[in-house]
Amino acid sequence: MSQKLIDRIRAALPDAVIEAGVTHGDAWALVKRERYLDVVRLLKENAECMMDHFIDLTCVDWPQRPDRFEVVLHLRSSTLGHRIRIKTRAPADAPVVPSLAPLYKGADWFEREAYDMYGVAFEGHPDLRRLLLWEGFEGHPLRKDYPKEKRQCPIPFRDDAPAQPKPFKERP
Amino acid sequence: MTTGEKTKPGGRFYLTGLDQVIAWARKFSLFQYPFVTACCAMEFMSTMGPMYDMARFGAEAPRWSPRQTDVIWVVGTVTNRQAPILKRVYSQISEPKWVVAFGTCASCGGFYDNYATLQGIDKIIPVDVYLPGCPPRPEQVLDGLMLLQEKIQKEYARWDRWSFGSKEA
Repeated sequence: MSQKLIDRIRAALPDAVIEAGVTHGDAWALVKRERYLDVVRLLKENAECMMDHFIDLTCVDWPQRPDRFEVVLHLRSSTLGHRIRIKTRAPADAPVVPSLAPLYKGADWFEREAYDMYGVAFEGHPDLRRLLLWEGFEGHPLRKDYPKEKRQCPIPFRDDAPAQPKPFKERP
Repeated sequence: MTTGEKTKPGGRFYLTGLDQVIAWARKFSLFQYPFVTACCAMEFMSTMGPMYDMARFGAEAPRWSPRQTDVIWVVGTVTNRQAPILKRVYSQISEPKWVVAFGTCASCGGFYDNYATLQGIDKIIPVDVYLPGCPPRPEQVLDGLMLLQEKIQKEYARWDRWSFGSKEA
């Protein structure tokens, strides 16, 4: 059934899929960023797919790759019971991916979280603000190049506050 | 200052200083504000419950408004985003006030040595007693409470809030 889902995408949008496969019985597909929205719309609205359940959206940072950010999306069909994992990639200099918030209401906060942690902008999102961190936070902490010793606080520390303990030493 | 029991032909009386009487009354009637953010709350509840019964030590009544509070228990991990809220709650408590950092996370950040966590609440508010442990045992909590009571008994002239005793402007 999972392979049928991939075939369905390939048949409807032949230029969208870069790579696809089946892992542990569930389908996955790496799609082009330009056709990402079309693929998701097909999966939601096609009668053989009916992916009405938005499970998860997150991001992975691959600093060594030219297309550095990989947005990972999980969808499921509550009527047909199948799932799919859709991935798409965005380059470091223009990390912009189309937003799914107009299609799925559940995507709203997931995309805000991914924007907060990775700095990936979701084009077409109605309210793209930080979700977990505060306005004024510098950087995006789940990027691999965010310095792990860096500490930020929205209010100043006390004058006689104890010194910041040194971070644990790296293992040799 | 001399304290002690004296006898007179008419009866018995007790000599002490006003500071000491006030401190004695304070240390056995602590109204507490549990600023509970994480899993240490389980041990705090256990300490409040009938098994360990914190009420024996004069610290029975929890108060859910900082304005009626004497001691604030910061129980659990405080994130950087939570820091302004903690600071604000602390500044709403009227003098005299004491702070207990309950557990390793509140004391120093614990193993949450990362971008999200405040590395100890003493960065933003002064702390009187630190309770290490992940989480601390109820016996340790009671030990910390008794330490705080000893500290309160030793405090002088903290009953005049205009001239003495303000730890934090």
